[in-house]
Amino acid sequence: MATAKSAKFDIKSYTGFKAITMLCLFVLYAPLVVVTIYSFNSSVSLTNWEGVSFRWYVDVFTGPESGKFKAAALNSLIIAISAATMATAIATLAATGMVRGGKFKLRAVSFGLISLPLMVPEIVTAVATLIFFNAISFERGIMTILLAHTAFCIPFAYLPISARMQGIEDSYEQAAMDLYANKRQAFTKILMPLMMPGIISGFILAFIVSLDDFIITNFVKGAGVETLPTAIFGSVKQGIKPNIMAISTMLLGVSILMVTISYFVSKADNTK
Amino acid sequence: MAAGAASGGSATTDTYKEVRTWLLLPAWVTLAILVLAPVFMMLIYSFLTKEFRGGVIWEFSLAAYDQFFFDRGLFGDDPAKIEWTYILIFWRSIWQAGAATILSLAIGFPTAYFIATRPEKSRALWVFLITIPYWVNLLIRTVSMKFLLRDQGPLNDFLINIGLIDSPIHIVNTNFAVQLGLFYSYLPFMVLPIYAAVERYNFSLSEAAADLYASKATTLRRILLPTVKPGVIAGCILVFVPSMGSFLAPDLLGGAKNFMIGSLIEEQFKGNAGNWPFGAAASMVLMTMVLILLMFYARQQARSEKAGG
Repeated sequence: MATAKSAKFDIKSYTGFKAITMLCLFVLYAPLVVVTIYSFNSSVSLTNWEGVSFRWYVDVFTGPESGKFKAAALNSLIIAISAATMATAIATLAATGMVRGGKFKLRAVSFGLISLPLMVPEIVTAVATLIFFNAISFERGIMTILLAHTAFCIPFAYLPISARMQGIEDSYEQAAMDLYANKRQAFTKILMPLMMPGIISGFILAFIVSLDDFIITNFVKGAGVETLPTAIFGSVKQGIKPNIMAISTMLLGVSILMVTISYFVSKADNTK
Repeated sequence: MAAGAASGGSATTDTYKEVRTWLLLPAWVTLAILVLAPVFMMLIYSFLTKEFRGGVIWEFSLAAYDQFFFDRGLFGDDPAKIEWTYILIFWRSIWQAGAATILSLAIGFPTAYFIATRPEKSRALWVFLITIPYWVNLLIRTVSMKFLLRDQGPLNDFLINIGLIDSPIHIVNTNFAVQLGLFYSYLPFMVLPIYAAVERYNFSLSEAAADLYASKATTLRRILLPTVKPGVIAGCILVFVPSMGSFLAPDLLGGAKNFMIGSLIEEQFKGNAGNWPFGAAASMVLMTMVLILLMFYARQQARSEKAGG
């Protein structure tokens, strides 16, 4: 009886669930695929298809708006790399304290604090940060974006890093210390290399979160300072144009590439 | 996973016990200064007097909350009536977020179930497929959705070309477009916890039910659903909370008629309204609502963790 695997008798399968899953994937990917396809449309009009061309990609780099987008892309990159680096460093230390630090009273409070940016609605974080910088008269500019992103990215870096650390037995560090390594050496020579996949995937997630952020950036940026999302938003407000589709496709490609790398890195098990 | 994540996971050893404070200090300081202090400052600002070109005057005032809840007429000297404008905007946000949550559940549950019953090796790939779009810039996803659904967009073109409709269906600037956008924004938050719950589910329970002549529908309703309920509740909260405070989907897909909290708050700081204390007060109301929901969630998770042993 148990070998009868036809769908009708398989207690695990429900009619229609597969179809809904396919529908779900379709809804998730259709807009992205459509934008990618239309970004290669040579027509000035958005929806009349006039053949494949790269003219809007060329337009992004050389067209009238190219200066604005280049500056915004540079800002985005500087902020994302710096914020992700700081958030990853802070998160790695915090994860070590939380996972390899034994039991302590402030544990729950510490975890609550670390995950706070995930619990408070993003627009509230944005408002609060803007008010804070205003109250201490900190001039808004690239620095305020960087600080806000660093704090917001900490939980995104922390989660994969602490998950990884919980998966690493401490016997490796114990063995090193039995062989007269001190704790600092056990940490830098043993734990850190083993942690690398978690740290890389934490860094990548923080990087994407910073690169993609619109709401917080929109609030804390100074006048004239744009990142790619705020520049795109400003453009889209006047209507979707073909060059926006080209930029979107490129950003989409970067995000998917980074997440794919993170996926394979975090799957790599270097403890064996 | 959901249970472990809720408590931050357990400590595996106490190797670095002596330096624990130093390890945690950077995180404490950064988050205390850049998240905790700002939230307190926002609370203070909500009780200050507004400056007309944005910003505040440091004088205590209840005007922001008063404006939120009461209508005192054009000159402020009529007897106070309840002001419905902002309560209605909050109500619409709750309603929209609720509809998006139901939509996500209707599609997310079967999807999560389907993935959890795949062979173990391919599950990670399925989960990956569901989460990829989440990592694509939210702004770009929302713009893409708008492009697809426009009156002259590819969807309407396609439906007209195959002869299903004669004139474009207006989807953009409707409530439904906003719900669809929210669904699109937060679907993985629905799928992942339900997936985790179904994956832990012991299917011999379903077999036992089937042996006792329970139909598949009965088994789903009476055995599976009660068991995976914590996952379902987690998913609903994780979709509902960010939906309620969202800005991009209502702003780009909803148009002016479908104003939600996010836009109301944004307008106080970036737009023409320029009333910071009022924006701070609206943010406080939103945050309070969300924190109450999350506390309910934490209690419910703790209870199910206890019940699960």
